[in-house]
Amino acid sequence: MTKLIKSGAYAQDVYAPVADDAALPDGPVLVSLARFHKDRDTLLARNTPVGIRLQSSENPEQLGQDVHHFALIALEFPKFRDGRAFSWARILRTRLGFTGEIRAVGDFLYDQVNYQHRVGFDAWEVPDNFTIEMFNRALTEMTNVYQPSADGKKTIRELRAAR
Amino acid sequence: MLTANRLRDGDVLYRKGSGWVLMLADADVYPDQASADAALAAATAETVRNEIIAPYLFEVREVNGKIVPVKEREIIRAAGPTVHPHTGKQAGQINA
Amino acid sequence: MLNTLVKQVDPNMYRYDEFDAQFVGERVEQFAGQVARRLSGELTEDQFKPLRLMNGLYLQLHAYMLRVAVPYGTLSSKQMRKLAHIARTYDKDFGHFTTRTNLQFNWIKLVDVPAILRELADVEMHCIQTSGNCVRNVTADQFAGATDEEIEDPRPLAEIIRQWSSLHPEFVFLARKFKIAVGACEKDRAALLYHDMAVQIVKNAQGRIGYKVMAGGGMGRTPYIAHVMSEFVEREDILAYLEAVLRVYNQDSRRDNIHKQRIKILINAIGPEEMRKRVAREFDEIKRAGTLQLPQDELDRITAYFAPPKFETGLSDEMPEAGTDFANWVKTNVSKHRAPGYAIATITLKTPGQVPGDATSAQMDIIADLMDQFSVGEVRVTHEQNLVLPHVRKKDLPAIYAKLKELDFAAPNAGLITDIIACPGLDYCDLANARSIPIAQTIAKKFENLDRQHQIGELKIKISGCINACGHHHAGHIGILGVDKKGVEFYQLVLGGSGAEDASIGEIMGPGFGEHEIADAVERVVNVYIAQRKDGERFLDTYRRLGMAPFKDAAYEKAAA
Ligand code: SF4
Repeated sequence: MTKLIKSGAYAQDVYAPVADDAALPDGPVLVSLARFHKDRDTLLARNTPVGIRLQSSENPEQLGQDVHHFALIALEFPKFRDGRAFSWARILRTRLGFTGEIRAVGDFLYDQVNYQHRVGFDAWEVPDNFTIEMFNRALTEMTNVYQPSADGKKTIRELRAAR
Repeated sequence: MLTANRLRDGDVLYRKGSGWVLMLADADVYPDQASADAALAAATAETVRNEIIAPYLFEVREVNGKIVPVKEREIIRAAGPTVHPHTGKQAGQINA
Repeated sequence: MLNTLVKQVDPNMYRYDEFDAQFVGERVEQFAGQVARRLSGELTEDQFKPLRLMNGLYLQLHAYMLRVAVPYGTLSSKQMRKLAHIARTYDKDFGHFTTRTNLQFNWIKLVDVPAILRELADVEMHCIQTSGNCVRNVTADQFAGATDEEIEDPRPLAEIIRQWSSLHPEFVFLARKFKIAVGACEKDRAALLYHDMAVQIVKNAQGRIGYKVMAGGGMGRTPYIAHVMSEFVEREDILAYLEAVLRVYNQDSRRDNIHKQRIKILINAIGPEEMRKRVAREFDEIKRAGTLQLPQDELDRITAYFAPPKFETGLSDEMPEAGTDFANWVKTNVSKHRAPGYAIATITLKTPGQVPGDATSAQMDIIADLMDQFSVGEVRVTHEQNLVLPHVRKKDLPAIYAKLKELDFAAPNAGLITDIIACPGLDYCDLANARSIPIAQTIAKKFENLDRQHQIGELKIKISGCINACGHHHAGHIGILGVDKKGVEFYQLVLGGSGAEDASIGEIMGPGFGEHEIADAVERVVNVYIAQRKDGERFLDTYRRLGMAPFKDAAYEKAAA
């Protein structure tokens, strides 16, 4: 079983994952890119939130302006060693200006949560034994950072300049 | 024969019975593939205890009544670096 | 052990401020936590492996190996003494300098690693990203700041890259490892063109200093020479440009075949032109965001740490006389310095019979003393597994030479046939097919005669124990690659490679030679060169003129008989 962490707390997952060949239920849905391509007009016409789940090989840029219709973009880690989604999240936030939820799903480690947070993820689908305490610890193991990223955190260079 | 490394210090281990020894000469030789595979399966199952890592089988042969690995790699692993004969198992250096 | 007669000197190099110190300290505790979670079983070996690799910890043939970063090859005497102390306390009294200018300890216990990392942090050192699929330790020209050939010292930029790449959230789970090198002159001592990415400091037509960026070089299974990505990147844009290259790599690299996941494969699959286009697009975007701009005051601040030492003036620029042995050593191991009366001294860790790159803790301690006494407390590690005293007074050279002789590190062979690069090979490495070190030792012994070495002249032999090419065999004038034939070691000859500014990839001669044949085959190849060379030709030049055939004929002639 998995749980959802959002805004530093467990949250209810309101999205219903929909298989590519299943009928669309009422309420918020989570679809694949293939399904979105197939039923784009129907999906965009709905007045409930739509989420899309992208595989690690699917560049979110190909969504174009449609990206802003999504309330949720779930980025998949097929195995934790596949780090492409770190770039996808960063592009979504910094380049495409996406302000909805970016959710980490799939196989990732405690040790990656902080990096995910830095590049723009703000929701995590975690195993049941992943506690809020662990989540908070993951984000605070390293106090300062050298690189600007999507989290807007002040870099060590900026902190130095402000001394 | 079956070898692995000890998790906490990395020392090379060899399988004897259902346990491990430090020297190849003290370890079990499996007469056939089936018994070797069974030993490997048991050792692999054991890795969840977090005492040993990376178990695998290697081939040995008998030379003048002594058991020696077939591959140079395993000969060196069992003894220590050939370029530093004062280090490794060949020099009696083992972690307790 | 600090020799009481020697006062410790703090060289002009980067010093951690409170932010760097906190960063490394927290990283150590983070890793200590990961070790604890592994020992308790919370992490499986599968999960722990990439985490330990990201901190330089391997499981090798005999034990764990810990790789300590020596950023851009610069070490202080204090750091050298700490490395000696770690070798003595936690290892078997020696360490190994690598072709990535790092230092490896071969016999480390997992349970000791947190304590070792804390000791390293005390002297501003770490193991961050010395392995794993991330940006590795940045290397640089070992003569940086000392040679008059350079446009400026490349190390400030290397330090800026080190900081930017440390735990970069987007790039710590790349498809494969990513190695960056920095140089600042036409002469390439850092094998720039064999790196995933390389930056060369250049001047443009207007005389402005900026950076030429190359990418897609690499050794390994499929060697490539790097392509130019941009001839000139403005100073303030360099991090934005590097980030653009890395982002394109992270997005577009294959992830389905471990042998095809380096950036060199991507660039050669889509073509350098397309790569440049993709990078340019990212670069524009990153520049527009504006957060990665490198302000001049930050560059100045970092550059100030590397200010040249106060060179004495009025020193004689004459080379002192101290006998034939000394003169021979000067011939190969001493290079021109930017300041009159000064010199750059290369200490080859290659006395014939030695393990290339190895140093005992006692030798490290004495080198630290030499650094303090004669070289403003500083030493450089080279990718050729040697050490360099960057700023020595010429008049001190005889004393330095005498001390090196006591250490058995006075071989007058820098750049000669016995100055061999060899990876750890099957004596230590879990991935090896064959041993490298004993082959290096045998060849060095064979060519020990100094007159003969000088007669042969510049000849770089580089030996790798497997296709991963840590011993740079593709870039050797004579490269040797260890292969495994049914559990027995064999060695292929590779001729005509170069890792310098005239970079080329060596060509494989043919079937391998046995462990006891390879040194003789090398000798026959060298004899062809001696017989056929024209005036002033190096081995490499003769090979390039003649091609493989005559060398091949000679190499196999006796082997077949
Ligand atoms: S080249 Fe191969 S044998 Fe040598 S150190 Fe690298 S991986 Fe090991």
